[in-house]
Amino acid sequence: MATNTQTEVVMPQMGVSVAEGTITKWLKAEGDPIAQDEALLEISTDKVDTEVPSPGAGVVAQIVVQEGETVDVGTVLAVIAPAGSEPAGSEAGSEVGGADVGTVTQDEMPPPPATQAAADEAMAAASEGVGDVSQAAEPAQQAPAAPAETPPAPAAAPAGGGDNGRTFLSPVVARIASEHGVDVSQVQGTGTGGRVTKKDILAFVESGASIRATPPPAEEATPQQVSATPPAAPSEVATPVAPQPPPPAAPQAPAQAVSTPQAAPRPQPQAVAGEPAQGEAVEPMTAMRRGIAEHMRRSLDTSAHVTSAIEVDMSKVVAIRGKLKQEYGTAYGVNPTYLSFVARATVETLRDFPWINGEIRGDKIVTRNYVNLGFAVELADGKGLIVPVVKNTEGLNLLGMARAVTEIAARARDKKLTPDDVQGGTFTITNPGGYGTFHGTPVISQPQAGILGTYAVVKRPWVVQDELGQDVIAVRPIMNLTLTYDHRLVDGALAGRFLRDLRKRLESWGESDY
Amino acid sequence: MAEMTYLQAISDGLRMEMRRDERVFVIGEDVGVYGGAFKVTLGFQEEFGPWRVIDSPLAETAIVGACTGAAIMGMRPVAEMQFADFVSCAWDHLVTVAAKQRFRAGTPVPIVVRLPSGGGFSGGPFHSQNPESSFAHIPGLKCVCPATPEDAKGLLITAIQDPNPVLFFEHKHLYRRIKSEVPEERYTIPFGKARTHLEGDDVSVITWGAMVYTAGEAAKKLDEDGVSVEIIDLRTVMPWDREAVLASARKTSKVLVLHEDTRTGGFGAEIAATIAEEAFEDLDGPVKRIAAPDCPVPFSPVLEKAFIPQVDDVVAGLRELAAY
Repeated sequence: MATNTQTEVVMPQMGVSVAEGTITKWLKAEGDPIAQDEALLEISTDKVDTEVPSPGAGVVAQIVVQEGETVDVGTVLAVIAPAGSEPAGSEAGSEVGGADVGTVTQDEMPPPPATQAAADEAMAAASEGVGDVSQAAEPAQQAPAAPAETPPAPAAAPAGGGDNGRTFLSPVVARIASEHGVDVSQVQGTGTGGRVTKKDILAFVESGASIRATPPPAEEATPQQVSATPPAAPSEVATPVAPQPPPPAAPQAPAQAVSTPQAAPRPQPQAVAGEPAQGEAVEPMTAMRRGIAEHMRRSLDTSAHVTSAIEVDMSKVVAIRGKLKQEYGTAYGVNPTYLSFVARATVETLRDFPWINGEIRGDKIVTRNYVNLGFAVELADGKGLIVPVVKNTEGLNLLGMARAVTEIAARARDKKLTPDDVQGGTFTITNPGGYGTFHGTPVISQPQAGILGTYAVVKRPWVVQDELGQDVIAVRPIMNLTLTYDHRLVDGALAGRFLRDLRKRLESWGESDY
Repeated sequence: MAEMTYLQAISDGLRMEMRRDERVFVIGEDVGVYGGAFKVTLGFQEEFGPWRVIDSPLAETAIVGACTGAAIMGMRPVAEMQFADFVSCAWDHLVTVAAKQRFRAGTPVPIVVRLPSGGGFSGGPFHSQNPESSFAHIPGLKCVCPATPEDAKGLLITAIQDPNPVLFFEHKHLYRRIKSEVPEERYTIPFGKARTHLEGDDVSVITWGAMVYTAGEAAKKLDEDGVSVEIIDLRTVMPWDREAVLASARKTSKVLVLHEDTRTGGFGAEIAATIAEEAFEDLDGPVKRIAAPDCPVPFSPVLEKAFIPQVDDVVAGLRELAAY
């Protein structure tokens, strides 16, 4: 393998269920010098859009996959050569296919025929009375043909390859990891070869380590793990680092197979692929757009969507925000947005409505003692939507909420999210109010049970009572809130009570509340 | 309650049904004067007479054929194969006629074929087999494999009541070795409801018949390692209790399927495939099978021991799964 002198850049695995990614932009051209960890290209996957940093320093010797192309995870995208070395040309590419077939083959293929077949036969005759002739003969027939069938290992395989146990995820572990948003590489494995077992990951989830900023043990600290650092960590640590080249073919294949049932069914390509008619323009769908399209359709096919709306007098929030804005801005550089007030009140209210923070899983209802709050964020180019998740918001006060929302939204817009940032949500808030809309019926983010819509704060004539108890019309800042809920789990009365309580919290916000 | 051997419990259930229901009669080789090769019907001819306890010629085809005809005419015959192995002679009557009669013509065929099966006593290739999977594969037949005296009695009564042909696999190795409390009154045990022989959390064993006890011994050793084993006794392999098996698989995420029948095409394959289909996302390891090798049952005690899954084999399999 030529990894001593050249480094291959592969399509990273952005989460267990992601199988492919699209190159959106090359930030370097062939021949450009590049430093280790310097951004090399931008990719788009079903889950996140992100930059891929260079795994090595030198020059970009070759760009193998062009912008706009969609390739499987693990595919070599580019080759980085040491500064001053000859350009790699096509040599590196050709190496990709055939590397190390030998080592993989040995373990998987039947043992050499001559001795083993004889031994089998002798054993069968001795222990079972009758030798199974066809079984004994099989290895002799299969062995010569077999190596050709072995899938080639990607050249990116680390030299000390045999860490199957560290990287193979059993179906149940993959499912639990996906449900709880756990980065499995952080879990200490006790199974064969260090494999993470169901017990290991359940203990990890129960310990709460998956959502606290527990740094992984030093000897396990690979660059891949940095990407799992929780959102609240200092920003330099939170810089996403694309996973290192994936492990050898053997472990990778099961990992993908495992994730298949979790993965969204691939949308069928449009049947009509003809030339655009006059006046029409055609552009390819990005992976993100396909993901959104699939998810929206699947959500409507899954949940029974119903929306209830309520009007909230935001007078107190407006007043308190006016005071806090100065204080938070000067002291912490944080803007206490209306959204953070609503988010804060929502988390408190969800405490009394566990089903709205719950999920239908099979024929069971799952509730939680935590709220992982997703925020729908529009991407800077206006061509996509992503829902980053702030974990454990039940532990955040108003300042913490404001900071977390600002930070994660900024990272979403700048495509700096990690796979962990978009997983594990239990409830979502979408905020189209910035454009002045006053009502909407958003689509639930599966498998959650509800999504809260927040709309523009508008001054409206409002009937209030004066100090004498007389009805008078006053001008008040009013905000509409909608709760779109899955009627399979949440009944209309429950949704109504939730909105009522949420309104009460916002309308009675006190100066000492935070 | 009375303490009974597995054999006495079968005998008790059969006698109870014959006393209760005049349509029930017994037919087989040496079941009358001699009381059956294993003495299940000892004293039956004295009590019920030669017309209800019929010594047949040495012809399984004739026995099952007679049963099928009698059943169509409204009787409730219980046939005994001297050894389960010889049921292959009656294959055509069971598979072509009895299993399909209800489907073809609408007439029920309520027969029970008792099949002393299993090895462990150097019976050799003709007197030791467990052919349940062959018949479980035939739509229209039910296959019962009791492990305990209580189940043997209750399941036999259910089998006699059932309007379909039922193959009742009695494990010979359990006949006199297993003894436990059995209700003296009449009771039935439904088909398709597994029994949790041992509750555990770490690894599941799905098994039936004599292997329930092999698994039980192995579980004791695993317990010393700190591994808690759950044992599901299927009781009936057709119909079989998918819900119980899948629930256990979902609970422990690691499953060992154990049977005394040979491996390829054994009923364990059906169970393993179902778990892979229905509980894939709950698995934390491969579904493992331990079964006899694909070979006739050897005669020599040493070879037979190597052939039938032993406690140590199951212990090794369970340890492998537990550590996976």
